[in-house]
Amino acid sequence: MSESESILRGHFRDLPQQRATATLGMWIFMATEIMFFGGLFLTYTVNRAAYPGIFAEASHHLNVVLGTVNTAVLICSSMTMAMAVYCSHKGRQKALSIYLILTMILGLGFLGIKAAEWTEHFQHHLVPGFNFQFSPAAAAGPAQLYFSLYFAMTGMHALHMIIGLGILTFLLIESFRARYTPEYNTPVELSGIYWHFVDIIWIYLFPLLYLIDIHK
Amino acid sequence: MQPGLQLFPDSASTFASSVDWLFAYLMAVSIFFGLLICLGLIYIAFRYHRRAPDEVGADVHSSTLLEVGWMVVPFLLCLVMFFWGAEIYIAERQPPSQAMEVYVVGKQWMWKLQHTEGRKEINELHVPVNRPVKLVMASEDVIHDFYVPAFRLKEDVVPGRYTTLWFQATKTGQYHLFCSQYCGTNHALMGGWVYVMEPAAYEAWLGGESANGPVSLAAGGEQLFNSLACHTCHQPDNKGRGPSLMGVYGSTVKLEGGQTVLADNQYIRESILQPSAKIVEGYQPLMPTFQGLVTEDQLLQLMAYVKSLGAPATGPSVPATAAKAKPAAK
Amino acid sequence: MSSSAQTLALPRKNYLNEGYGVKSWLLTTDHKRIALLYLVVVTFFFFVGGFFAVLIRINLLTPAGTFVSAETYNRLFTMHGITMVFFFLIPSIPAVLGNFLIPMMIGARDLAFPRLNLLSWYIYVAGGLFTLYSQLAGGVDTGWTFYTPLSSVYANGHVVAAALGIFITGFSSILTGLNFIVTIHTMRAPGMTWFRLPLFVWTHYATSVIFILGTPVIAIAIALVAMERIFHIGFFNPAWGGDPILFQHLFWFYSHPAVYIMILPAMGVVSEIVPTFARKRLFGYHFVAAASFGIAVIGFLVWGHHMFVSSESVYSAMSFSFLSYLVAIPSAVKVFNWMATLYKGSVSYQTPMLYAMGFIGLFVIGGLTGLFLACLGMDVHVHDTYFVIAHFHYIMVGGAVMGYMGGLHYWWPKISGRLYSESLAKFAALVLFVGFNLTFFPQFVLGYMGMPRRYHSYPPEFQVLNVMSTAGASILGIGYLLPMAYFIWSMRYGPIAGPNPWPATGLEWQTSSPPPPENFEVTPVVTWEPYDFSGRPDLMAELAAQARAERPVSEGQ
Repeated sequence: MSESESILRGHFRDLPQQRATATLGMWIFMATEIMFFGGLFLTYTVNRAAYPGIFAEASHHLNVVLGTVNTAVLICSSMTMAMAVYCSHKGRQKALSIYLILTMILGLGFLGIKAAEWTEHFQHHLVPGFNFQFSPAAAAGPAQLYFSLYFAMTGMHALHMIIGLGILTFLLIESFRARYTPEYNTPVELSGIYWHFVDIIWIYLFPLLYLIDIHK
Repeated sequence: MQPGLQLFPDSASTFASSVDWLFAYLMAVSIFFGLLICLGLIYIAFRYHRRAPDEVGADVHSSTLLEVGWMVVPFLLCLVMFFWGAEIYIAERQPPSQAMEVYVVGKQWMWKLQHTEGRKEINELHVPVNRPVKLVMASEDVIHDFYVPAFRLKEDVVPGRYTTLWFQATKTGQYHLFCSQYCGTNHALMGGWVYVMEPAAYEAWLGGESANGPVSLAAGGEQLFNSLACHTCHQPDNKGRGPSLMGVYGSTVKLEGGQTVLADNQYIRESILQPSAKIVEGYQPLMPTFQGLVTEDQLLQLMAYVKSLGAPATGPSVPATAAKAKPAAK
Repeated sequence: MSSSAQTLALPRKNYLNEGYGVKSWLLTTDHKRIALLYLVVVTFFFFVGGFFAVLIRINLLTPAGTFVSAETYNRLFTMHGITMVFFFLIPSIPAVLGNFLIPMMIGARDLAFPRLNLLSWYIYVAGGLFTLYSQLAGGVDTGWTFYTPLSSVYANGHVVAAALGIFITGFSSILTGLNFIVTIHTMRAPGMTWFRLPLFVWTHYATSVIFILGTPVIAIAIALVAMERIFHIGFFNPAWGGDPILFQHLFWFYSHPAVYIMILPAMGVVSEIVPTFARKRLFGYHFVAAASFGIAVIGFLVWGHHMFVSSESVYSAMSFSFLSYLVAIPSAVKVFNWMATLYKGSVSYQTPMLYAMGFIGLFVIGGLTGLFLACLGMDVHVHDTYFVIAHFHYIMVGGAVMGYMGGLHYWWPKISGRLYSESLAKFAALVLFVGFNLTFFPQFVLGYMGMPRRYHSYPPEFQVLNVMSTAGASILGIGYLLPMAYFIWSMRYGPIAGPNPWPATGLEWQTSSPPPPENFEVTPVVTWEPYDFSGRPDLMAELAAQARAERPVSEGQ
């Protein structure tokens, strides 16, 4: 009884209200994130329509292999995250902690591969503002646009991943304290929503950035 | 300009009277509804003033008929505004084909204008009365706006593209020209005058400026065309590495990849500044970019020259000094 | 909670005396205290923005405009715009009155996410400080609209700092909007069904939808401007391959709905005040509620009407013009419904009602002039002239600020437990009304004459109207100082208000003034329709008691 009392925040009537509130809050937050990334996607779309050939050419400078591996990594991490949410529903504490750890490892892996890619771009002078070079020179302007958008969008995505890892760390620590039970697992569930959202953003980013005219 | 306090602007173009009639309609509707509400409030203040401390209002709080009524009636009034305004706006964007062109370049913080016959002006525009005039405008730096209140017309001048504005002045006189898109420190000083003149006076003015008469825009463009070595690739008989420019202006150009594009001002400009953006069918992407090598004024001159190369007959008055299908040669 | 006028006393335990000390305020999660934290900062920014306005108007006394240099003038109007739009108009009613009242109006103890609410305040302050820094360090001179490539390439000034400040503050809006939406969905008391909600709640819901959907887009827009400025990327600068018009689309996609963020809450305030002082149910409740959403939704579809002369295509322009007329209709519906509420009411004219009536009149004028601007052929002439400035000041100052002032006066007894001096307040309202009209009506004439915006100097024939406008502005300034004075005075010396001085029908008036920290001692159960007087025996008894008492509170002193 005192367990649920400590979970129930003072301004709520009961746990179902608290849960409904938190869940709705997360979904609304997702809406704002969609509008946020949406602005970037719109800018990308407008510029790609203006310079289709150069965008394709620039896209071929990305490492499609690493990008594909990263996509697989993220999809797996969504699976492990879904498993973590399931375990929290079932009260399986140890499995919950393990799945959280797996998700974090996969997330770190994603970021590591991203860092490797970015390092490669830097060495090839493809980072705008840092001795950017592109041939043919006539295409350098739009190519710089492409890479700016690439870094802005993948950077914004990576930032969300890092925040996600922070959230997972918090969940992990709490899971060691057996905080999440079938009665109270809202934080895990909402973090799952967040993690899946970050994954979906990548699912859009990957083909738009990496796979332009890949068949040509 | 009238002495004393002027509360209504001069009216000096064909559009001015149209806009003023529209203004009258808008004012009539606004005054009607404004008075309805404001007098209504005053009436209510007296008629329904509370008479006893515990008095409450009547229990009347809905009427679907009223709701629909005061949605539909205002909407119909608004539709009139919409159609009337749209009609004027569309007309403002359809310059007559025989309009004389004047080229305008806006930059921080001045207006440079050039007539096709060659006469240049700074912060002033001389035009003949009762003749359609089309301004083709470019910006060297930020967004500006060419505004003549007496004509009731303005249009932004946006860097990276050409915008146009046309008018037919109806009254001789001197009218304010303002920049009306904030463009930096001296935005308020970037203005001048539009002088509307009788045709004879205008012709006389046009021939002034230098002893030998002004160099027309197109002639200036031809000089550039040669000095920048454009003629080495763009030869009239398609013998060069680039397509011939004879009659290209206004035509439909076929591009590599099957698309077609209208060769308008924007296309000519883009072809000079970003030649690799659109490649003509059957040619290679060899043309170097002239971004940074030509100014907006020079671009306008080159454009005028290209226009003059066997352009469709309804072009602006092109004096004899303008190069007309001269084979590109030194 | 005695209803008798004789033994009024401040409640022993209320949110104001629950804990003293800086920490109890700066670390509070009580929505009422957070509302007051916002009140302090919002008021500060109002006077900062107002100060810039005073300097602008002084400079415009003479055609040469040499009171300040051109650079300084350009910074002044930019900073006036930024401060007033982002740091005053957008937060004012939602963050002060919305935060204070929404939980009480729906019978809840607090907002859904109280700690997030506090975080919103800190983010707002952080963004404000950043922008204040950019202003003190020399300012920005791009106009609050940051048009590119002027802002991203050519402007000298602290563009990035100002942009960053606005970017940060945007998150405050987003979190507040999120908080409100979730609260209204999940925290309503038993019996508080959707169609028993006060209109104030409906309009804040609609406003919150705009908060969450629109604000992220401007965040991206100014982030891209900052990126272009720092890294020389060509998003918007054509010399680097970009498109300046793309910025305008991204900017106005938010900034047009933003004006509905500024006006919808004020409309909500008016919808509360009018039924109370007419003692009559709001006419057309369902239509007014639906109109709030109509405004929010259609408001997202009209941004292109700011770009009619920016080389927009004719088809785009016509679509935006048509939709702009469509968005005017819900606002008209509200105005007519307010008038119908007053008709056959029992109307009294205390200060909140004066502000509400002022709102209706001035909003109508501002709104009608909006029809001029939606009209394509007309807009070509008056775009970017003083006509536009007059239009939006009628709506923002004559509308939103009057709504804010009316709301402050209406709920001041609830917030502070005290009454202010009614005669002084009426005088201040009159001063504001006169000063406002004298300031801004001449600007309509100036605009049609052709005087462009953002001009530090102007041709001599515009001087008389400019002098009139500046004279009005000085009166307006005085009008705003008076309420500061008498509100502060009333906190110590004002008569005790009691729980329901007007009286009014909302749930917030069913608890003490000031309210206890948990808002209601017992969770209320709602069984009545909104704004219903004659159907409420408790209120009718209150009215009878006030009629009998020696000092009937609702008739003023």
